[in-house]
Amino acid sequence: MIGRDEEDRTRFTRRTLMLGGAGLLGFASLTSRLYQLQILESKKYRGLSEENQFNFRLLVPSRGRILDRTGQELATNADNFRLLLRPEQVSDLDVLFEKLSKIINLPEGREAEIRKEFARRAKASTIRIADHMDWETFARVNLLLPELPGIQPEVGEIRTYPEGYDTAHIIGYVGSVPPEYPMGNEPLLRHPGFRIGRTGMERKYDLELRGEPGALKFEVNALGRVIRELPDIRTRAKPGKDIRLSIDKDLQAVAVKEFEGTSGAACVLDLASGEVRALASTPSFDPNKFSRGISNDDYQALLKDKLNPLFNKAIGGSFPPASCFKPVVAMAAMDARLADPKERIHCSGKIELGDRVFHCWRRKGHGNVDLNGAIGVSCDIYFYELARRLGIERIHAAAMKFGFGKLFDLDLGGGSAGLVPTQAWKRARFDLPWAQGETLIAGIGQGYLSATPIQLAVMTARIATGRKIIPTLEHKEDHDTNTAEPLGFSEAAFAMARQGMFSVVNRPWATAFSPDGLDGKGTLWAGKTGTGQVRRITQAERDDKVLKNDELPWEQRDHALFVGFAPFENPELAISVVVEHGGGGASAAAPRARRILKFALEKDRKLAAITSQQGQVL
Amino acid sequence: MSYLRVARPEVTLSFSAKLARINWFLILLLVALAAIGMVMLYSASGGSFSPYSSRHGIRFVVSLVLLLALALVDIRIWMTLAYPIYAVALLLLFGVEFFGVTAMGAQRWLDLGPIRLQPSEIMKLALVLGLARYLHGVDDITKFRSLIIPIFMIGVPFLLILTQPDLGTSILVGAIGVLMVFLAGLSWRIILAGSVALAISLPLFLRFGLKEYQWRRIQTFLNPEEDPLGSGYHILQSKIALGSGGLDGKGFLNGSQSNLNFLPEKQTDFIFTMIGEEFGFLGSIGVLALFVIVTFVGFYIAIQSRSVFGRLVAGGVTTMFCLYVLVNVGMVVGLLPVVGVPLPLISYGGTVMLTVMIGFAMVMNVHIHRYSELPKGRLLFL
Repeated sequence: MIGRDEEDRTRFTRRTLMLGGAGLLGFASLTSRLYQLQILESKKYRGLSEENQFNFRLLVPSRGRILDRTGQELATNADNFRLLLRPEQVSDLDVLFEKLSKIINLPEGREAEIRKEFARRAKASTIRIADHMDWETFARVNLLLPELPGIQPEVGEIRTYPEGYDTAHIIGYVGSVPPEYPMGNEPLLRHPGFRIGRTGMERKYDLELRGEPGALKFEVNALGRVIRELPDIRTRAKPGKDIRLSIDKDLQAVAVKEFEGTSGAACVLDLASGEVRALASTPSFDPNKFSRGISNDDYQALLKDKLNPLFNKAIGGSFPPASCFKPVVAMAAMDARLADPKERIHCSGKIELGDRVFHCWRRKGHGNVDLNGAIGVSCDIYFYELARRLGIERIHAAAMKFGFGKLFDLDLGGGSAGLVPTQAWKRARFDLPWAQGETLIAGIGQGYLSATPIQLAVMTARIATGRKIIPTLEHKEDHDTNTAEPLGFSEAAFAMARQGMFSVVNRPWATAFSPDGLDGKGTLWAGKTGTGQVRRITQAERDDKVLKNDELPWEQRDHALFVGFAPFENPELAISVVVEHGGGGASAAAPRARRILKFALEKDRKLAAITSQQGQVL
Repeated sequence: MSYLRVARPEVTLSFSAKLARINWFLILLLVALAAIGMVMLYSASGGSFSPYSSRHGIRFVVSLVLLLALALVDIRIWMTLAYPIYAVALLLLFGVEFFGVTAMGAQRWLDLGPIRLQPSEIMKLALVLGLARYLHGVDDITKFRSLIIPIFMIGVPFLLILTQPDLGTSILVGAIGVLMVFLAGLSWRIILAGSVALAISLPLFLRFGLKEYQWRRIQTFLNPEEDPLGSGYHILQSKIALGSGGLDGKGFLNGSQSNLNFLPEKQTDFIFTMIGEEFGFLGSIGVLALFVIVTFVGFYIAIQSRSVFGRLVAGGVTTMFCLYVLVNVGMVVGLLPVVGVPLPLISYGGTVMLTVMIGFAMVMNVHIHRYSELPKGRLLFL
């Protein structure tokens, strides 16, 4: 028995050692695993731990402002007073809503939405309750805050456009980053509160306006709740640069107001620098709605509006330049020695070419007119004749020099280059030979010829200065840089065109005679009317009775056009005005252009007076 | 092997003789581990004795007194009570099956008014006692017929706990039983045959025997990064805590992972990660070394016992203790799937503390009675 016991005991000892050995093996593998985790891979896990522990909050920089030429704000940032809800701090949602309802009016259904979110969301998230609150309500909420557990007031920033409607097409608007936007490594673009310029100058200068984000490091727990901020790691956001535009806020407002209730466009150019002082396109829209997130109903209404408020007609609308084109034809003919200002041509009201009859706008005709008179009364027959002598190719070449057929979109996007036809163009486009009648039509700025309001302003500026003015929205501080290259027409041609345009507004017999001059104070100016025909007047209609504009449906009425510059001697500003389906250029467009120019010049005078006074004081 | 011939067989020991034989080194080790537990629980509650640390300490002191008391009981009383205790534990397990409280999707608790019992924990000790008692009386362990009753003694509680369902504990209970039979001298032929049988049946069991959540845990274990916020969260966060501790840790109370609540169940099953995070590699291997020493002492006590019962009780309890540690730390470092096994004496939890301390009471008892020879058959009661 004893031997057996001893044997048992020896075996037990052996087996215990084996088991203990296996145990030691287990501990050894644990140790090596710990060595791997805590020594070899420690760096990686330390990083992961920090990622757990710390969160970075991006501090969105203030967006730079957009200013007009005098430093007035066209786009700025306003405080956005908003309320957030922290679900984990709410003890009783019903009581909270009851108290809250005495202070603010939530829109219909918003409470139900919040309740739904409250039920669904993780405890540590926040729910947006109200945005864009007025200061008084916000202050009242802050005052009663101790009674509103879970409510967190916050002041954010929102882009606002003080002159929203007036400048919408120039400034554009900001919006959330579209999903297709190239994100790259910029964390700002992924920030839900960040807005980028979507259209207009907001888009063009987006990078400069954007600024640089700051960062705030803070410690969070596993629920994502902030434990503390670490201010030493805080870097401030660098606000974006302010951008100054050539636009004059007040002039822009005056220009837009001129078109109230109509659809149209105007462009005012500074002749010294090509700067665009005003660029109106109506109807416009409120870009503030976009920066706050436009409702679908509002957006659809804008899209469906047949007056096309989202479209910038000043740079994108194509209109026949009509009679406004006549000075260009006259200059081309003079420099080609195909016209003599003293030559008189008889206008009987119509002219026959082959089997077609071409009419003058004045059915009775103008009688014998010279070139100056022809511009003044806008005689079609005279320019049919000049066009016939020139041919379409020479008209094309001259038009191109004046900026027709060239895109001036000021980097706003959505611009049009208009069209200046040639024989080759027609063959390519319609596979048809050029007809001489089409040259005649082009001579009075109709037919295939089309131009945008800004092109018309550029044309006028080039006539007025004789230089190749290029429009820009950039404001240059050293204003007097009239260094544009000469356009390449003779001085005589320019003088004749300017004189003709002088006649238009200063001669009682001309189309747009304004007895008081530009401002009733003796400032002289010049201009040219245009009436862009939209429909073709058939022979049958001519035989019966040509319908007046107010007898036609709106879409078929003529476009009213006017271009002008002032003062006549040493011109400073050029303008173009187009009233879509507005009727005659003399009645619908010229008075508007005159009032806008008058305002612009008067403001310039006042500013000059103030500066010279200051100069004397200094 | 000189130690085999140390002293003459004893029958009954005087109280003072027993007191003199208490292994104070083992007590010191246990106190050290419980103290580490208190320190870590102090940190787990963000630098506060309540709620965990102080209660942990009180529980330890109470169970230490109990340990000493039970250690001083005559070993023959333990032997006599071995079967009844096993029977009661088995009954309680059946009780859980029918009257158990469901907690976290598993029936593990038995609500007995003021106390909630976890019969599976009791079963671990009861199995050690029962098996030791049975194997003590077996003539030749190498014979297969000697194994029939142990198979049932292990198999029934294994299946009962498995159906609770508590895969981790059932495997632990099964492993303790099998390893005890191994220690007792199971023949290699049967070990080989058993291993082959296990190798064949295991895949079948994995395929058909597992509950949905158990299967998911194994999946997560195999690939924790797949679902870092779902079921893989425990393992990943635990690895981050350990790894970020580095060589010497982030310092006491400075474990960001645990203080910011990234670690789930940090005061119970995942407390080892806190040690690793706050005291680094040095701290964690230091604690592991303590456990190794306790295991070593336990096995040494087992080897020294002159009775089969004593050897198997001490060996069984030590095996259980060692398995606890290996499984818990193995799980925390991502070597084993997440099963709810606490780290003995360090994790917060009353039942585990009691089980482990009663277990060591048995070990201590064996140590005190190491020279007692016990009869194979019926006991001459005192």
